[in-house]
Amino acid sequence: MNRRKFVRRSALAAFAGLIGTDIVFGAKMTEGYVPLGAQDPDPFDLFDKDPEMVLLNDKPWNMEARAHLLDDSITPNKYMFIRNNGIVPEQNEVSDWKLTVDGESVKQQKSYSLSDLKSRFAPHTYQLTLECGGNGRAEFDPPAKGNQWTIGAVSCAQWTGVRLRDVLEDVGIKNDAVYIGYHGADLHLTRDPNKEPISRGVPMSKALQDETLIAFQMNGKDIPLVHGHPLRLVAGGWPASVSGKWLKRISVRNKVHDGEKMEGSSYRMPCEPIAPGEVISDDDMCIIESMPVKSLITHPKSGAMLAKGKTMDIRGHAWAGELEVGKMEYSIDFGATWKPCSLEKPVNRLAWQRFSANIAFPKKGYYEIWAKATDTKGLSQPMILPGWNPKGYLNNACHRIAVKIT
Amino acid sequence: MASQKKFWQWSRGTYRFLIVLCASVLIISIIMFYKYGDELHWDAKEKDTYIETPENDTERIENGIHLRTGLKEGVGLTETINNCTTCHSAKLVTQNRMDRERWTATIRWMQKTQNLWDLGPNEEIIVNYLVTNYPPGKKGRRENLDNVEWYELKN
Repeated sequence: MNRRKFVRRSALAAFAGLIGTDIVFGAKMTEGYVPLGAQDPDPFDLFDKDPEMVLLNDKPWNMEARAHLLDDSITPNKYMFIRNNGIVPEQNEVSDWKLTVDGESVKQQKSYSLSDLKSRFAPHTYQLTLECGGNGRAEFDPPAKGNQWTIGAVSCAQWTGVRLRDVLEDVGIKNDAVYIGYHGADLHLTRDPNKEPISRGVPMSKALQDETLIAFQMNGKDIPLVHGHPLRLVAGGWPASVSGKWLKRISVRNKVHDGEKMEGSSYRMPCEPIAPGEVISDDDMCIIESMPVKSLITHPKSGAMLAKGKTMDIRGHAWAGELEVGKMEYSIDFGATWKPCSLEKPVNRLAWQRFSANIAFPKKGYYEIWAKATDTKGLSQPMILPGWNPKGYLNNACHRIAVKIT
Repeated sequence: MASQKKFWQWSRGTYRFLIVLCASVLIISIIMFYKYGDELHWDAKEKDTYIETPENDTERIENGIHLRTGLKEGVGLTETINNCTTCHSAKLVTQNRMDRERWTATIRWMQKTQNLWDLGPNEEIIVNYLVTNYPPGKKGRRENLDNVEWYELKN
């Protein structure tokens, strides 16, 4: 055994000691690879995130973007929010990764290796808006429990994979199929192997859409570890929690999936609206499906000062869950008057849409620019907080930036 | 690769340090035992001994904040750290604002679904700490835009 090997093996043993468990596939670990559990927990380095991103939680990892970081048409990894419920799986060797499709409503249980998926089904690429159901939670009063997302838990990256529908057709689905539920390789925070951190899903109608993918690439590269490497279910336009990371298993259910965070008040809204702070029984909560219409001003960054007489170019993105955005407007007088923005079509269904405008200001002083999107069914973003709910979901109140004309 | 080299250097450094440390402890113990062995009192009760431990930097409190966790200094801090930061980050506590009823309900939920143990007499101490340091504030239906960093916009 040469010295280098000795050092590496002893280091592995030391890591195992630190983590308190054996490292499966430790022998196959790439040289220089440090398991996540033992790494210096600088999440910006660890996950290649921009230092301007905001860390909300380090166990589990949760990080959000700021509006001006989301200016790219296609969100790069460094600006993509992280929302984890459990512990990122320690994973370096994926050649024996298998995706199993099972459940009450499959004609037969079937497993696929990564190469099976890539070789047997046609690849598709879509740009898909993924927004956390709790994006905007920080504004609710009384405060809602959970990570206090402000506006940055949204992204629109380009995802490449195979259609879930194609795989389900290959497996064979019974007529009584109602829902699919995913199971990932992440660990529960307690490391209790009998607990799943999260296992959500979608009704068959969403599962069978063209754009619902079993993805293996993000922005043309392998999906980054923290975003679900090597496989992720991606269902754009719905709460991002249905896009299960580190996908190991899909269960086709003959009832609404009852996995972790499907029940209780998780990712549910009061079926009938309630007053702020009102106590509501879990039985009166309904599962969130499509996300509501929303937009973000991504340029300029809030706080811009401009000399009087100059005009200001603004731009951003708007999205509307399952729908398209039909109209985009801005206001510089707290909603008293609205002026139109130019609005592009989405590159594909469920992708966000670019908007822009050129603004002239009547006199010096403090202004707020408010942005308001309206979907193709005529629903607009509210200017104040929408319906209060115990977990603080679906805040789509219009985005505001502060500017000064000097 | 730089990371590989760094990792190797780190391992080498650590092991060198450990070897030197163990060897020194062993040698010093032998010398001490040889010189003072006869004077040693084997019953610890006979003689009070004080062990000086260097102050652990990560447990320091500065400006009312416990540096390692970011939790506010206050009665019940230790109980809160010991019971509430084993599974999840203290950041999940410091982000949230709840009243007594809702902090208690959160503890019940964790006990029911997240393997949290019975807190016994510590529960009251912890809930008091949480309500005192992390109570809900009024935000209304929409807050002012604050913490704006002003800058000259170059078009």
